[in-house]
Amino acid sequence: MINPQLFQLICFYAFATVTVASALAVITLRNSVHAVLALVLTFFSSACIWLLAEAEFLAIALIVVYVGAVMVLFLFVVMMLDIDQEKMREGFVKFLPVGLIVALVMLGEMLALIGVRAMHAHVLGPNPATEAGLSNTAWLGHALYTDYLLPFEVAALILTVGVVAAVALTLRHRGGVRYQTAGQQVAVKASDRVRIVKMDADTTYGRTPAPAASEESK
Amino acid sequence: MPSMNDILILAPEFYLVAAACLLLLLDAFMKPEQRGLLHWLSIAVLAVAIYMVVGAAPPVAVSAFHGMFVRDGVATILKVFALLTTILVFVYSRPYLRDRKLFIGEFYTLMIFAVIGVMLLVSAGSLVTVYLGLELLSLSSYALVALNRDAPLPSEAAMKYFVLGALASGMLLYGMSMVYGASGMGGQATLDLSRLSAVMGYTQAPTLLLFGLVFMVVGISFKLGVAPFHMWIPDVYQGAPTPITTFIASASKLAAFGMAYRLLAGGMAEVAHQWQLMLAVLAVLSLAIGNLVAIVQTNLKRMLAYSTISHMGYLLLGLSAANPEGYSAAMFYAISYALMSTASFGVILALSRAGFECEEIDDLRGLNQRSPWLALLMMLVMVSLAGVPPMFGFFAKLLVLQAAIHAGMMWLAIVGAVFAIIGLYYYLRVVKVMYFDKSVEGSELRMQADGSLRVVLSINALGLLVVGLYWGPLIAWCREALAG
Repeated sequence: MINPQLFQLICFYAFATVTVASALAVITLRNSVHAVLALVLTFFSSACIWLLAEAEFLAIALIVVYVGAVMVLFLFVVMMLDIDQEKMREGFVKFLPVGLIVALVMLGEMLALIGVRAMHAHVLGPNPATEAGLSNTAWLGHALYTDYLLPFEVAALILTVGVVAAVALTLRHRGGVRYQTAGQQVAVKASDRVRIVKMDADTTYGRTPAPAASEESK
Repeated sequence: MPSMNDILILAPEFYLVAAACLLLLLDAFMKPEQRGLLHWLSIAVLAVAIYMVVGAAPPVAVSAFHGMFVRDGVATILKVFALLTTILVFVYSRPYLRDRKLFIGEFYTLMIFAVIGVMLLVSAGSLVTVYLGLELLSLSSYALVALNRDAPLPSEAAMKYFVLGALASGMLLYGMSMVYGASGMGGQATLDLSRLSAVMGYTQAPTLLLFGLVFMVVGISFKLGVAPFHMWIPDVYQGAPTPITTFIASASKLAAFGMAYRLLAGGMAEVAHQWQLMLAVLAVLSLAIGNLVAIVQTNLKRMLAYSTISHMGYLLLGLSAANPEGYSAAMFYAISYALMSTASFGVILALSRAGFECEEIDDLRGLNQRSPWLALLMMLVMVSLAGVPPMFGFFAKLLVLQAAIHAGMMWLAIVGAVFAIIGLYYYLRVVKVMYFDKSVEGSELRMQADGSLRVVLSINALGLLVVGLYWGPLIAWCREALAG
């Protein structure tokens, strides 16, 4: 029987390794489509780490929103853009020193931050979800629909404004556009389409050659 | 679950949301030639909202939705004037929009959504509500600026406004997260503005708190448009369609004042001594940049943009006093500025026609010969903006200077007075151009024939004189709101 804590630790290291490796792949792969796919893997393994931290809702949201929607859209954009790989790599050596300096500064800042954090080790309070005996998602939903109901509704209003604005800014009524009206198509009667004409039968057909036809054949 | 009481407190906001959605639907089923009805309906909707805000105003401050929303005297006053200036914008903009084929339902709906954003912002009881109200207002404003999408100037203005606005929102949010974090170090972390101040005294991370404060002040300054965060103002004022500029210069400024009041005077009262000086420095910078750069402008809308920057400097003068007297003076100033700017842009709107924006100061040449009444109205507005007694603008300036002196910042009041005199030059230049320059041959400078515009604009401009002579009740109302 494997120790559950040990199992969690193993899982964490496995997912963390995959995350870091795939994140590295994102910035090193030559093909941008591959890079996007590696980014998907990064998101997925980060979501798994969140699952380990008992943040189920965030994990699912990350997969549904980022992997499911944003990254697929991103993939389409990358595939549609004609990116010149050679041009993108120009000046790599030229900008390398600047990039290295920025990277070093950021590394220093991060280490300093981690150091400060370790000194001021701030013990997190107990997980309110576990205290309430609820799952993380249920607890979040509870908070969202009670304490934070008003902000939640206002966020919905902001989305409405986004839709209205998008329509106002992009919808163009062009003149002279021909389009089908389904209602009229359905309501059509046979008499609108076919005109039945009563006429006498052509009794002369085939007996004498038509003058027009004979002219045509010449 | 929200109780009935919560819903009653938010009744004006709920009503406006419902009305905006109904107008949106109505517009979809309406023939383009019936849009005049939409115009009057929108005005009626806002007028009813004013009635609901004032009519059912609670005698004491009440909060709803777990303290997310506060309805008190300050909120009531700011909401009334935000709704009122939006009605003025609607009345002034109809001929302008008609001439430019912008007379569409989305204009009215987006404006009402923006006003709902203003109302949430000035009533915010929590950092979350501040942010969401601000976003509702800003996103509607970005779309409105870009509404004339085929013209290059508005598109450019909208792009600048959007990018810089997003940056400022980010700054504000970053500051809020730091303040939230700081409030959690040593106390119960809270987003609630009324509790934030109490918790703040015990924080073990004063540096983090100060960093958060600085970022929040940056966000507020951007929304107010004070130097050195004023870069977007001239371009947006000039590029946006004039009705939208009027809205950004009036109701939006009331919202920005409301936001500053809620965040600084409400949430960060504990560290008032820290932000007082920040605001004073910002005020001096805006007074200098706004007034000096306005002198060299030839474009009227751009000149008014720099004048906004200087006016926001005066508003900060009142806020930096950090006491009820200062807040009430600043609120009085915000109201006076909102009414003056609607009148000044109203004159521009009354003079512009299809193919003629009336944007240049030279376009006003000889207005007195063409339309003496409009020239008189414009003179009243300019004189009021300059702060000449006995206009509205004079008493507003007087009160903020007084508040600064009483708060022991004599130097700040002196700077304010000096720049008021410098500012006089460019306001009076407009008057000189209207009265003493000969009109250009063949110019067709005349007032729009729209009856409602003529009447309302006259009332708006003459009101500046009337309130200037009889300003007691308004300041009393502001003081009462802040005392209680």
